[in-house]
Amino acid sequence: MAEITLIEAITQALAYEMRVDENVVVLGEDIGTNGGVFRATLGLLQQFGPERVMDTPLAESMIAGAAIGMASQGLKPVAEFQFVGFIYPALDQLFSHAARMRNRTRGRLTCPMVARAPYGGGIHAPEHHSESPEALFSHIPGFKVVIPSSPARAYGLLLAAIRDPDPVIYLEPSRIYRLVKQEVPDDGHALPLGKCFVSREGHDVTLVSWGASLHETNKAANMLAKENIHAEVIDVATISPLDIDTILASVAKTGRCVVVHEAARNVGVGAEIAAQIMEKGILTLLAPVQRVTGYDITMPYPKMEHLYLPTEERIIDAVYTALEYK
Amino acid sequence: METTFPVVANFEVTYHQYLGENGELIRPLPAFATPDVLQFLYKEMVLVRTFDTKAINLQRTGKMGTYPSILGQEAISVAMGNAMQKEDVLIPYYRDQGAQFQRGTAMEDIFRYWGGDERGSNFRHSREDFPICVPIATQYLHATGIAKAFQYRKQPRVAVTAIGDGGTSKGDFYEALNLAGAWNLPVVFVVNNNQWAISVPRSIQTGTQTIAQKAFAGGFPGLQVDGNDVIAVRQVMSDALERARNGHGPTLIEAVSYRLGDHTTADDASRYRSKEELHAAWEKEPILRLRKYLIAQGLWDDQREERLLADCQAQVAQAVEAYEQTPKANIDDIFDYTYETLTEPLKEQKAYAKRFKEKAHHG
Ligand SMILES: Cc1ncc(C[n+]2csc(CCOP(=O)(O)OP(=O)(O)O)c2C)c(N)n1
Ligand SMILES: [Mg+2]
Repeated sequence: MAEITLIEAITQALAYEMRVDENVVVLGEDIGTNGGVFRATLGLLQQFGPERVMDTPLAESMIAGAAIGMASQGLKPVAEFQFVGFIYPALDQLFSHAARMRNRTRGRLTCPMVARAPYGGGIHAPEHHSESPEALFSHIPGFKVVIPSSPARAYGLLLAAIRDPDPVIYLEPSRIYRLVKQEVPDDGHALPLGKCFVSREGHDVTLVSWGASLHETNKAANMLAKENIHAEVIDVATISPLDIDTILASVAKTGRCVVVHEAARNVGVGAEIAAQIMEKGILTLLAPVQRVTGYDITMPYPKMEHLYLPTEERIIDAVYTALEYK
Repeated sequence: METTFPVVANFEVTYHQYLGENGELIRPLPAFATPDVLQFLYKEMVLVRTFDTKAINLQRTGKMGTYPSILGQEAISVAMGNAMQKEDVLIPYYRDQGAQFQRGTAMEDIFRYWGGDERGSNFRHSREDFPICVPIATQYLHATGIAKAFQYRKQPRVAVTAIGDGGTSKGDFYEALNLAGAWNLPVVFVVNNNQWAISVPRSIQTGTQTIAQKAFAGGFPGLQVDGNDVIAVRQVMSDALERARNGHGPTLIEAVSYRLGDHTTADDASRYRSKEELHAAWEKEPILRLRKYLIAQGLWDDQREERLLADCQAQVAQAVEAYEQTPKANIDDIFDYTYETLTEPLKEQKAYAKRFKEKAHHG
């Protein structure tokens, strides 16, 4: 079996689900002939035709609003937003309608749509192309927020997102679109939403991350292992609803936790994780939960973005802070 | 008894052009178009193209980031900026390099911006002009607010903004037209219709025959101009500016041209458009067209062309040098412009960031 990248896994999942479910349609800017600016929809137009693979006019609010209408009719739209920084015009539609259609109609109408978007920095892209707004979507009741960290998880989680009866915000870490390759069987097997994955076992400290930052987190874990510090690494994968039980079980074992995310620190997902650990597992903690995050600043342009992104060094520093806490 | 219904409104879109595709004059020249001015506009277009070629080259050699070429749209951009008064305000999109240079924006600042450096938007001249706008169509609304400020203060100034054909699909575009019409604002809306929005052709972007006619929904005139005819663009711009300055409200100018380059250096247009279409578009390009006219009038020759090219190269080389000698930004720069006064959490974060500065990875 050929090894594929994260972006190819996304294409594979879209094609699989379009083959088995004729209600699945994809829409967005440049997704047809061009196959998407990152090529996530490459070949779909040829396979499924323009009725199901829709190059839309340039308007994100329109894309989201039309997807909501389609979803109410039982279609399963997968809308691509070219970069998550350009989903902001669609927030009115997403927040005021997609997220609450079920609630507003007491379940009469629902919104089984997926909003896909590349997110995150480190790709030397121009301004507005490197945002990490996962906390923003997680704050809105009614969405599920999913972030894959590998080709296999991208495939399985996207299938789950499309099959989910509620709207899913599916954020794709563009920095690792082509970073690693994996064998990903095209068997239509979905991974569960709302579940964290333990990526590496250890007993000294729990490192919690998602998306591209997981790669620096894993590197930090490797470096720590050389110093005989054994980190457990958790890939959160579904940011909302959060699977706190898996995190709590790990913290019960390690007593220490470091959350790593690229998004700004203030009211970030790290704060939610720390709060829940405190609420449900404070007595298992041997040190305060540490956060390694982006700063509370506008994402710097490419020349300076490396100063913003969490690094192995910053993660290791936080681990030592937790280990040395008295 | 009546059997038909009366027509209650009628709208017309005119198409403005002076130079034919081969540089031949098809209408009497407008008054502004003296030999000096035409030579000046020609030189400025060549300078923009020289800059553009260099910018692509800097990106290709790893010295700059993603860059959107203006190739084929030099006439629109130069004419737009050239027609403005100094006290007007330009609210550009990302393919308005020529207008920005006319406004006094330094080439090295445009290099800096696309080189991934915020300082590229801290223009030394034209201090009230807006920075390059990436979130499509949002700039159109800023222009209405700027125009409102002029109107409120009774200043004879005009806000000039531009957008691509794709951008006209966004709500912000329509909202801006509506507000400008409702408030009779001193604003000129330019649409750079280069036939493509990345891979999406004009034909599937909108169902209307022209983009110009969208002005009628806002309640003011819209017209089409040959965007490859710098004389025509300069003239319709002057007319629209005068109209706005005299309190007669907005105008929408659809400048019809063609994006001769890739969307940006990150794009490969051969994936979605034909060679034939591109070749045909090259036949109409703006610089060659004016050169043909000037040569026919005895206003231009090979020697002058050679000198001009050398001069443009030298100017651009100087800008490249200034760009490359930009002092390194430091960690304070990423924090210090978040608020007027650095907040306590940011002070703490900055001190922390400085601890790791040396070890930072290079993604
Ligand atoms: C709100 C928003 N959505 C998407 C994008 C990504 N994007 C950048 S340029 C572009 C196409 C714009 O086409 P057009 O308006 O015709 O201008 P042109 O680039 O052709 O000059 C797109 C989709 C963006 N910058 N902003
Ligand atoms: Mg265009």
